[in-house]
Amino acid sequence: MSQTSPQQIEYNLKVVRQFAVMTVIWGIVGMALGVWIAAQLIWPELNFDTPWLTYSRLRPLHTNAVIFAFGTSALMGTAFYIVQKTCRVRLFSDKLAAFVFWSWQTVVLLAVITLPLGLTTSKEYAELEWPIDILIALSWVAFAIVFFGTLVKRRTSHIYVANWFYGGFIITVAVLHIVNSMAVPVSFTKSYSIYAGAVDAMVQWWYGHNAVGFLLTAGFLGMMYYFVPKQAERPVYSYRLSVVHFWALIGLYIWAGPHHLHYTALPDWTQSLGMVMSVILFVPSWGGMINGIMTLSGAWHKLKTDPILRFLIVSLSFYGMSTFEGPMMSIKSVNALSHYTDWTIGHVHSGALGWVAMITIGSMYYLIPRLWGQTQMHSVKWINTHFWLHTIGVVLYIVALWISGVMQGLMWRAVNAEDGTLTYSFVESVEASYPFWFIRFVGGLFIVAGMLLMAWNCYRTIKAGTATADYIDAAPQEAAPQSTATQSA
Amino acid sequence: MSSFWSAWIIVLTLAFLVFIIWLLRWNMSNYTHIKEGELMDHEFDGIVEINNPLPRWWMILFWITIVWGFIYLALYPGLGNFKGLLGWSSSNQEVLSLEESRAATEAHREAGLVVQYDREVQAADDRFGPIFEAYAQRPIPELAKDEEATEIGQRLFLQNCAQCHGSNAMGGKGFPNLTDDDWLYGGSPEAIKTSLIQGRRGAMPAFDAQFSDQQISELATYVLSLSGRKVDPEMAAAGKQNYAVCAACHGQDGKGNQQLGAPNLTDNIWLYGGSQEAIEETLHNGRNGVMPAWIDILGEDKIHVISAYVYGLSNE
Repeated sequence: MSQTSPQQIEYNLKVVRQFAVMTVIWGIVGMALGVWIAAQLIWPELNFDTPWLTYSRLRPLHTNAVIFAFGTSALMGTAFYIVQKTCRVRLFSDKLAAFVFWSWQTVVLLAVITLPLGLTTSKEYAELEWPIDILIALSWVAFAIVFFGTLVKRRTSHIYVANWFYGGFIITVAVLHIVNSMAVPVSFTKSYSIYAGAVDAMVQWWYGHNAVGFLLTAGFLGMMYYFVPKQAERPVYSYRLSVVHFWALIGLYIWAGPHHLHYTALPDWTQSLGMVMSVILFVPSWGGMINGIMTLSGAWHKLKTDPILRFLIVSLSFYGMSTFEGPMMSIKSVNALSHYTDWTIGHVHSGALGWVAMITIGSMYYLIPRLWGQTQMHSVKWINTHFWLHTIGVVLYIVALWISGVMQGLMWRAVNAEDGTLTYSFVESVEASYPFWFIRFVGGLFIVAGMLLMAWNCYRTIKAGTATADYIDAAPQEAAPQSTATQSA
Repeated sequence: MSSFWSAWIIVLTLAFLVFIIWLLRWNMSNYTHIKEGELMDHEFDGIVEINNPLPRWWMILFWITIVWGFIYLALYPGLGNFKGLLGWSSSNQEVLSLEESRAATEAHREAGLVVQYDREVQAADDRFGPIFEAYAQRPIPELAKDEEATEIGQRLFLQNCAQCHGSNAMGGKGFPNLTDDDWLYGGSPEAIKTSLIQGRRGAMPAFDAQFSDQQISELATYVLSLSGRKVDPEMAAAGKQNYAVCAACHGQDGKGNQQLGAPNLTDNIWLYGGSQEAIEETLHNGRNGVMPAWIDILGEDKIHVISAYVYGLSNE
């Protein structure tokens, strides 16, 4: 940047707009795939006897689409927006930022092609084969360079807490992805992990759980720390709480992976360490929820009229619920009941649909009008309708799977008192699960309906507006504002 | 684990927990130059932060979980090679064979260590063992008529056997139907029990190298004719020329051999399908049937009860 006057420097919002649009599109694709495979569990003929459409191939496509297409597009877009706004500089490099966008969309497109073809490493959430893994690594390194490069040339004295979370998430995901994807290629489309046996399992779940911890938690906490105070127009509740919960959260999460492998061939000491750290992790996880929800103190009445704020605050409630549930499920005696049942899937979705999706949707409703020169979405009423569709959908989903999960766990362990034989066969537990799978499917329909409404609302908003040109404010930012209420952008 | 790695884990774990304690204590004090409850002196795109103290209940919860963590790591394995004060383990770690596992179970029992899996198995055996022991004293044909015994047998079957043989025991492609009178290895109580105890390996060799496609077609046609199916007589006659190779296992009359598990080819019951194509495929590529051995998983007494259930399926 050669400009001398900050007034002439414009924020790079183009890449943010691109990611915002793809977030909505991939959200619909990923969630619709979820509904489809939920329906396949009830009506298996919905695979139409076609290998590409079988559950086994669409399920990884669903998880990849939701985590890496929807979630990560949202994270990349908001990271680029927030780092510029809170550092008061333009992105470090426009070309690299464009490369991040296009390479990442290519990764997603390749996932859409290769996973239905059955090309997979078979590592959960890391199914993509080695050539795509290399592209992911390149794209991610570019993402890191743009993000940290922007931080370095910031025009503020401090680094805002949202950026700590984004930074932590970007570095850790790079390390996780590269270590877990180490493989020996045998052809262009097939490779074998360099790890074997219990070590392979441990590396996989070290990756798997920290994908949840850093991508789906730390990254979205970064999003929360910007959009909640912005939309609530309130100061963040506690600076020191954000310090302690950030360092404790990222420090503890990295140990938690072994709780996915309780009572397996993993050594006992590893399982215990994973469990201890997971349980302690509960408290710093709640630090983020407290800081988010308490930011609203003094402005609770806004929840009555502002559906965007409702999305954001309810997402924090789901976050609190799943980060209580997770540590509880990591306790061995609870895990002995919950492991391998629907409870785990319900837990993941209270995090993914309740926390990740709702904080993203709320943030997009804040962001999209501002990216296209509007003050608010085309229809605030539709946001409210979306809020209820989504909330009802999530509640139906997770309650159904709580019940079926606990029921499965209890059925699998039920023993006849007279002879010690198991009371139920596995098939009986499957049969008993059908009603709950149906409720889950209905919940999914609600959620996708809400996403379609969002897409239409976004389309109308974008069509009515023009791309915003936003210039960096030249005013010096040394003195702290004196009022407790902040100004909205 | 070598003592280096054990020390590595211990140091890393304890140093990390000490860091967490330091972090918490550090943030309990107001190290900023801002009074508590007032705004911090930085602002980001209009966002400001209050220097509020950590919520008290949250802090207490944090201390409780940290203290609990130390207690847990003192009681249970976690810190490298330190086994924990309770001497608990989930299972016999680091055993590589069934023999080693048995030896470890015995050694741990004598040393009074808590191996959770062994204890649970022992408790179940102590409680339910005598019931199955009593059943094992009674002959299988008699047990097959005992309603209670067959119900137990059925439950064991559904848990352990239905995965291959089906919930109704009627099998599927490659998995024998257990409800008919056709037995690969014999349907006597003893033969059924032996199949369960030892497992079975049925091997039909591949004849791809030995015979041409034409010869395999002819052989398949002849095999079909053995069960009275309408076939091209010329093809069947040609096939018969080469049947001597098959007769080694299936017998000159094609009635099979239960000593070898060679199927009877004359009864129109087909393990891998009875179409011309399926039989040709069997001849081309061979077949490998595996019935696992259950003695180490279920023990002889439970196998006795399952045998009675299976025997009863075709001997009402």
